[in-house]
Amino acid sequence: MKIAGLFKMKRRKPLDFVLFALTWICIGLTVSVLALVVGYVLINGVMYIRPSLFAFQYTVENQSLFPALVGTLMIVAMALTLSVPIGVFSAIYLVEYAKRGSRFVRIVRVTTETLAGIPSIVYGLFGFIFFGVVLGWGLSLMSGAFTVSIMILPLIMRTTEESLKAVPDAFREGSFGLGAGKLRTVGRIVLPAAMPGILAGVILAIGRIIGETAAIIFTLGNVARMPNNLFDTGRTLSAHMYALANEGTHPGEAHATAAVLLIVVILINALSSRIARLIKAS
Amino acid sequence: MNKFSLADVNLWYNDFQALKNITMDIPANMITAFIGPSGCGKSTLIKSLNRMNDLVEGCKITGNIMLDGEIIYGNIDVNLLRKRVGMVFQKPNPFPMTIYDNIAYGPRTHGIKSKFKLNEIVEKSLRDAAIWDETKDRLKKSALSLSGGQQQRLCIARALSVQPDVLLMDEPTSALDPISTSKIEELVIKLKKDYTIVIVTHNMQQAARISDNTGFFLLGELIEYGGTGQIFSVPGEKRTEDYITGRFG
Repeated sequence: MKIAGLFKMKRRKPLDFVLFALTWICIGLTVSVLALVVGYVLINGVMYIRPSLFAFQYTVENQSLFPALVGTLMIVAMALTLSVPIGVFSAIYLVEYAKRGSRFVRIVRVTTETLAGIPSIVYGLFGFIFFGVVLGWGLSLMSGAFTVSIMILPLIMRTTEESLKAVPDAFREGSFGLGAGKLRTVGRIVLPAAMPGILAGVILAIGRIIGETAAIIFTLGNVARMPNNLFDTGRTLSAHMYALANEGTHPGEAHATAAVLLIVVILINALSSRIARLIKAS
Repeated sequence: MNKFSLADVNLWYNDFQALKNITMDIPANMITAFIGPSGCGKSTLIKSLNRMNDLVEGCKITGNIMLDGEIIYGNIDVNLLRKRVGMVFQKPNPFPMTIYDNIAYGPRTHGIKSKFKLNEIVEKSLRDAAIWDETKDRLKKSALSLSGGQQQRLCIARALSVQPDVLLMDEPTSALDPISTSKIEELVIKLKKDYTIVIVTHNMQQAARISDNTGFFLLGELIEYGGTGQIFSVPGEKRTEDYITGRFG
């Protein structure tokens, strides 16, 4: 809206103007907080970014974040591989196959909602005991990935459920009316229509994995080295940042890590929305 | 020749009885209209003819519905039944994909893969639904870019794509403007040469204009059924007359 419009409005109805001004103040606050955080991280971090931060091996001199970057990407990839199929297929079952409003569906729903509300440190403890000790995987990529995949499962299930429910029944009727079976209707009509919503859930899940520290330190460990295999320990960028900030000896490198983390998140989000567009176009 | 024969059809949604002792024959290659006030069961009945009611939870049906002498609620392949008995819905419901893919979806479902054959079916279906000229240059565009009336004709084309015997139309013009409506009516009259058409409508003039036979429903019962001319000029029942002349409903 142009400034002239604002004044016109002011003359006409005072209450309209007040509400209008309020919405703009709220938007302004939200955007400026975001800009402040991003600006702070980038300004303080970018100047410390130097090639040696990306050295293959971490040493006390170079404080390389590269092993942590690899660890982050590994954990994200592994956790998504585990939980996206399970979460999406569970949601498909709940929405498309299970009897609507049945006892079983209600129990599953309450369970996932409860799972979503548990603090991550509890998942960390569980993962440490179950995957690390009981299964004997120790502090490893496997323990870490399985633990965070349980954490993001409810998120993926819920967002998938919601986006499946948002697909109009008219599409399903149209498909059944042509003699298509359930599987084809769900696979060819319902899922593609729900895909943008499902991907939005996956993006949220990626954000949650990348931002996780407590559960990761308990299960993946926090060792700054390149993992040799899936049962080896390592660290993620968030955990790396936590360690650097905690030691207090390398605040610059901690800031640089934060900046890299932010850039990684932005890149992953951009990539995901590009994938969403590609899927929609095809 | 009769396409459908219904005998003593009763239908319940849980405890509510939506259809009561419906017995009627629906002749082939004619347009049969179901009229009646909202909630009279006409949509329920049309959805029983291709078993779309199976999708409604708590729906129970008794009696006998035969298509070409074959019981459709017996041991038959529902998907094949729905291929034979196509359906056009109240609100246009094109799939969120291209115009071409909308039409090709049905044939692909039933196993046609050849690109050449699919092209042929798409063109024929769109021509038969009188929408080829408007869409032939934009087959790869999204079907959602069409107007409401065009979308509904696309849905008719989609229903024709699997070469059904019967076309069920559940108030196909209630969401459309008068010009689109008259286009669809013309189309329906043209289609009866090759298809048996059953149409539910709230629009009395529409039933009078296009149908050969009309059935009047009230509270789940078939009150009167006969030639459209007769129903509209000399209705046998007082209730039919009251409804047709607009005294209620």
